Amino acid sequence: MNPSPQNGVAIAFRDVSYSFSAGNDLLNHLNLQIHRGETFVLLGRSGSGKTTTLKLINDLVSPTTGEVLVEGRATTQWDRIRLRRGIGYVIQDAGLFPHFTVERNVGLVPTIEQWSADRIRQRVAELLQLVGLDPALGGRYPRELSGGQRQRVGVARALAADPPILLMDEPFGALDPITRAELQREFMSLQQRLQKTVVFVTHDLREALLLGSRIALMETGRLVAALPPDEFVKSADPLVQKYLDAFGAKANGNGGTS
Amino acid sequence: MVQNHSEVLRVTLEHLWMVVVSIFLAVLVGIPLGILITRWPGLDKPVLGGANIIQTIPSLALFGFLLPVPWIGARADRLAILALSLYALLPLIRNTYTGIKGVDHSVVEAGRGMGMTDRQLLFQVELPLALGVIIAGVRVATVISVGLATIAAAIGAGGLGEYIFRGLAMVNNQLILAGAIPAAALALLADVSLGWLERRLSPS
Repeated sequence: MNPSPQNGVAIAFRDVSYSFSAGNDLLNHLNLQIHRGETFVLLGRSGSGKTTTLKLINDLVSPTTGEVLVEGRATTQWDRIRLRRGIGYVIQDAGLFPHFTVERNVGLVPTIEQWSADRIRQRVAELLQLVGLDPALGGRYPRELSGGQRQRVGVARALAADPPILLMDEPFGALDPITRAELQREFMSLQQRLQKTVVFVTHDLREALLLGSRIALMETGRLVAALPPDEFVKSADPLVQKYLDAFGAKANGNGGTS
Repeated sequence: MVQNHSEVLRVTLEHLWMVVVSIFLAVLVGIPLGILITRWPGLDKPVLGGANIIQTIPSLALFGFLLPVPWIGARADRLAILALSLYALLPLIRNTYTGIKGVDHSVVEAGRGMGMTDRQLLFQVELPLALGVIIAGVRVATVISVGLATIAAAIGAGGLGEYIFRGLAMVNNQLILAGAIPAAALALLADVSLGWLERRLSPS
């Protein structure tokens, strides 16, 4: 989708390691550059460190050594609250506040940023439309929505303050295949319009090939390769091969369907 | 003997007053303490342990222990209220703590990831979602207090326990029941009304 990653670096990992305790490394000397406007997919199995990598970007986790640069500044140098409000965050099952209506959920960041009530209302309506939700759902509670609707609300909430960066942690992982395909399609068209810098975590190779402008395969806290989809499927790296094999995607080599 | 209904009513109100004041004080201390120990990881075990130990002290002994305390020991009702507050602490601290700890981790993390401050998370997310569990703690504490407050009569603090102790001394069942029935009714009333509140305030 975005074959030309020449529009500057939005996020950079410089020799980043992370461990809970000494000798127990979850991430190992990670070096990465994520370009403005690209959809960067972190692919890997459970425990490979992809979610930790994502959380390093909004400083939910701080590097043990090395540094993560967001817009050229180390996350540890940022005011943590400011950094996070400038980064949209979508997680599996959406993580919606069960005691907030859809409207309040979507309007969360604008509210804590103290926008005027009018402006929030307007923005929420705009966002619900953007993610394909009936504005009449605004008064409902998350439990009254379907899984797909909840996930749309999650995306709308992340986009509320129009952040340049969007972090998505297996956002479509808990959905049935049909709803998932639908949301993937809509995500692609949304991304084409908005051109956000998206970091997307998934273990699903097909999802990675479909959505990613580059795919980074991770294995036990290390980065194996970061390649565009068409090169990824042709990679000779044994770990990439193994992952492709597991999905039976080696022979046909059909890359991004974009 | 039980002279008249207004006398029973007066003693019941006296009883209720002791319970209400002591629960109010315990809430004032217990809930902030419960919140605090969710913020300070090393503090939870000693605080909960301490509240637990208080709970194991027999009530008559606790009244006795507090007797020499300067301002408190000077009046029986102060002493009774303090003792009742101490007993109420454990359910309040524990329920506040477990209520907040029990809030869905992904919800809290989503809030934090979107840039909510710790204060915003506490007041807009954690406390509202833990409120049902916290009220359940208030309910347990109140029901326990209604029962315990009858023993306060042993140190002359009044309340419905006076009828019970007098009845016991005089082997007069009617007098015992005059204390026991209103006490049971108070406990039930507290249980039902706070149970209703608990259901009202529990999310989903």
